[in-house]
Amino acid sequence: MTETGLTGAEAEAAALEHASGARIAATEADGHITSTGLTNEKLGMWVFLGSECLLFGGLISTYLLYKHNNQAGGPLPHELYDIPFTSISSFVLLMSSLTMVLAVSAAARGEGSKLRTWLLTTALLGSVFISGQVYEFQSFVKEGMGFTTNSASSAFFTLTGFHGVHVSIGIIMLISLALLSWRGRVPKERAEVVEIVGLYWHFVDVVWIIIFTVVYLIK
Amino acid sequence: MALTTPDSGPLALPPGERTVENPLGIFTRPRTKTGWRSWVSTVDHKKIGIMYGAAALFFFLIGGIEALIIRLQLAAPDGKLVSADLYNQLFTMHGTTMIFLVVMPLGSAFMNYLIPLQIGARDVAFPRLNAFGLWAFLAGGIVLNSAWLLGGGADGGWFNYAPNNGVTYSPTHGIDFWNMGLLLTGIASLTGAINLIVTCLNMRAPGMTLMKMPVFTWMSLVTQFLLLFAIPVLTAAQFLLMFDRLFHANFFRVESGADPLLWENLFWIFGHPEVYIMILPAFGIVSEIIPVFSRKPIFGYQFMVFSGIAIGFMGWGVWAHHMFVSGIGPISVAAFSVSTMFIAVPTGVKILNWLATMWGGKLRLTTAMLFAIGLVGMFTIGGLSGVTHAVAPSDTQQTDTYYIVAHFHYVLFGGAFLALLGGMYFWWPKAFGYMLNEKIGKVHFWLILIGFNLTFGPMHILGLQGMPRRTYTYRDGYGFNFWNMVSTIGAFTIATAMVIFAFNILYSWRKAKAAKLAVPADPWDGRSLEWMVASPTPVHNFDEIPVVRTLDDFWHRKYGENEAGKLVRIAATEDVVQDGSNTDVHLPSPSYWPLVLASGLPLIAWGLIFNLWICVIGGALVIAAMYGWVMEPSVDDEAPHDHGDDHDGGDHGDDEAASEVDEAGPTGEEEEALVD
Repeated sequence: MTETGLTGAEAEAAALEHASGARIAATEADGHITSTGLTNEKLGMWVFLGSECLLFGGLISTYLLYKHNNQAGGPLPHELYDIPFTSISSFVLLMSSLTMVLAVSAAARGEGSKLRTWLLTTALLGSVFISGQVYEFQSFVKEGMGFTTNSASSAFFTLTGFHGVHVSIGIIMLISLALLSWRGRVPKERAEVVEIVGLYWHFVDVVWIIIFTVVYLIK
Repeated sequence: MALTTPDSGPLALPPGERTVENPLGIFTRPRTKTGWRSWVSTVDHKKIGIMYGAAALFFFLIGGIEALIIRLQLAAPDGKLVSADLYNQLFTMHGTTMIFLVVMPLGSAFMNYLIPLQIGARDVAFPRLNAFGLWAFLAGGIVLNSAWLLGGGADGGWFNYAPNNGVTYSPTHGIDFWNMGLLLTGIASLTGAINLIVTCLNMRAPGMTLMKMPVFTWMSLVTQFLLLFAIPVLTAAQFLLMFDRLFHANFFRVESGADPLLWENLFWIFGHPEVYIMILPAFGIVSEIIPVFSRKPIFGYQFMVFSGIAIGFMGWGVWAHHMFVSGIGPISVAAFSVSTMFIAVPTGVKILNWLATMWGGKLRLTTAMLFAIGLVGMFTIGGLSGVTHAVAPSDTQQTDTYYIVAHFHYVLFGGAFLALLGGMYFWWPKAFGYMLNEKIGKVHFWLILIGFNLTFGPMHILGLQGMPRRTYTYRDGYGFNFWNMVSTIGAFTIATAMVIFAFNILYSWRKAKAAKLAVPADPWDGRSLEWMVASPTPVHNFDEIPVVRTLDDFWHRKYGENEAGKLVRIAATEDVVQDGSNTDVHLPSPSYWPLVLASGLPLIAWGLIFNLWICVIGGALVIAAMYGWVMEPSVDDEAPHDHGDDHDGGDHGDDEAASEVDEAGPTGEEEEALVD
């Protein structure tokens, strides 16, 4: 091996130096330009969501392993599912993704009051979903399937409970954003923060589609 | 892609808005640059890296004492120093401490300190998140070790297999502390991974393309991706264990029909990538040291990078080789056996490339170089015994014997830890501004190499003779006596070597202080960008962000080639390095909130174990800290800058996500960060 970079002629190197100098000047004038073009915050959220996939992956695998396991007694989750009811609450959650998109678009256009309307609508739809989950959990417990009843019930409540916590955190973020916007702190220039919360919200929705299919619909 | 216009600065507030000077009315913004306050509120990646290293060395002391007690107990047959129960706690805590609180954070120390310097950046992507990672790691270490004071440590081995990890078989709170402690270090690893991945991808200097990044940065990037995807699997498994132990769920209770293989699979899906998480930073360090002291570029840079990536990918397909005797069936055993043999290929590529780098080079056998060569040798031995585990029939014989213990200490101590020590000798002048004594360093190296081989070499023989691991004593007459005594002597040799290391740090520091000699920026004739900045690194890193043209750019600023293709110096080192005199750099401001947020975490952990009301206090602290963090701008405009230029820049982001390196406020033209 020879020194890889030593072959270039001096003049060529000087030209490159000049060109790069121009690029730096451009970078400086433009403010903060990142190597990928995505902002750090948005890239960070994408990377975080990648990690979340594995968290839910572990919990979904656990459920799949235990879904027929009621050796400790009690009913199995799929004997108790109320598919029409859960379909409706799933639909509500899906619609919240639509309102989230409208919020992101309002933020990008700098329309504060529309932004707040759509953020709060999204939060409301999310809350309806959570209420549905609370009701569902309660009715399961009444029918004799609690968290500790058997392996299948533990796996079911843990998986859907983790998802519910994610939705709840999303609701808190949406309400906080709406409050910030109300105080004038989410102007057009900062619209990306709405988009980042939106990424999280859509991710949580997509996870629910997988859970609804794998857990509820497939016997 | 972005909805915002690039020139406005993505998350900065418009001009005219007031800075929230005192969010939640609790803290005033920290401004001090010296004293303990500057350390607890720092967001500087260099200080954070140093604290990671210091904390890891402290935990090394704890883990090392545990190891010495283990060796004392096993020095002679029928040892009576500790009970069987205490012995179980000792080896569990020793393994957990060394893996999660020593090797991983030492890797984090190097990565935090070096990645921004090697890619030509002023800080990491999320400085406050970086500080939070450090404190969360420390919180996890405290929770884990608080077990010693609160009723005894975990006792199920570092992997705590089900059903032994259940309340039925481990009724003390030891495993709860283990579980909660590692959940907290997991949070730290996750935030660290997000931060460093974004830093590597997004904050490179102009011209620093991915394939011009130093090998250490590359290996760190692969490590962080492994952490990003491996940690959540452990987190999921640990949540299940927590629900089992504290809330009576049925994930691992065999009496309720649970499947113990669930834990084993989840744990090793995390656990095997974890092995590469520990070794890849060490590979990176060695790949930096060997070229410098061979005066040659790394042989086959692309091969080095791609074999690192290959290890990262293949590391996900070998986990079940830890489970060959758990009854997973012949097809699984065969498949994982083959994949395990296959992963030796990229590792072998690396060993050969290091040898080829040294081949024909002008070797300088400094202490750092000796440690690097030590890794190449010792890791090769560990790697070869690893291949014998890949052969399933042979593994069936070796499982749960000292042969396994010998193997993983050769790769983790002889591999990772030796390289980390070498990295300390190599980068010490850069971090602290004085060199470690080379003579004492060489004594340190040879003593630790001899001690290491005395300790773990005999374990191969003991294992093949059939001595089981995790057994607190052995009887006389089994033929285990001699090698166990040798091993114990070796362990104390290692301890002596580490005392010499501590002495070296103190001695060299005193001598440097007395002599008042400044270390040059580039004491080793280095190749990568960190040698371009003054030693110790100034707080703003680079006076001027370098423009990168080639791999080993700093080297090529110093050396060229003449007509005959010989290496010739084209510039004096003093002319290409920076003196750290730039005064106009705007840096992210310190903050207390990461520490406050992290301090709520152990309260939640202890609360879950003892009393849920403590949880409420911890939770309230966490939530308050989150809002404090969010409401606090990431940059404090009222504070003097690095060297106090006053400007009335706009106020910066108030969102949690806004913890970016400041840059480009609304009054972007004032930002002088990139070039002066």
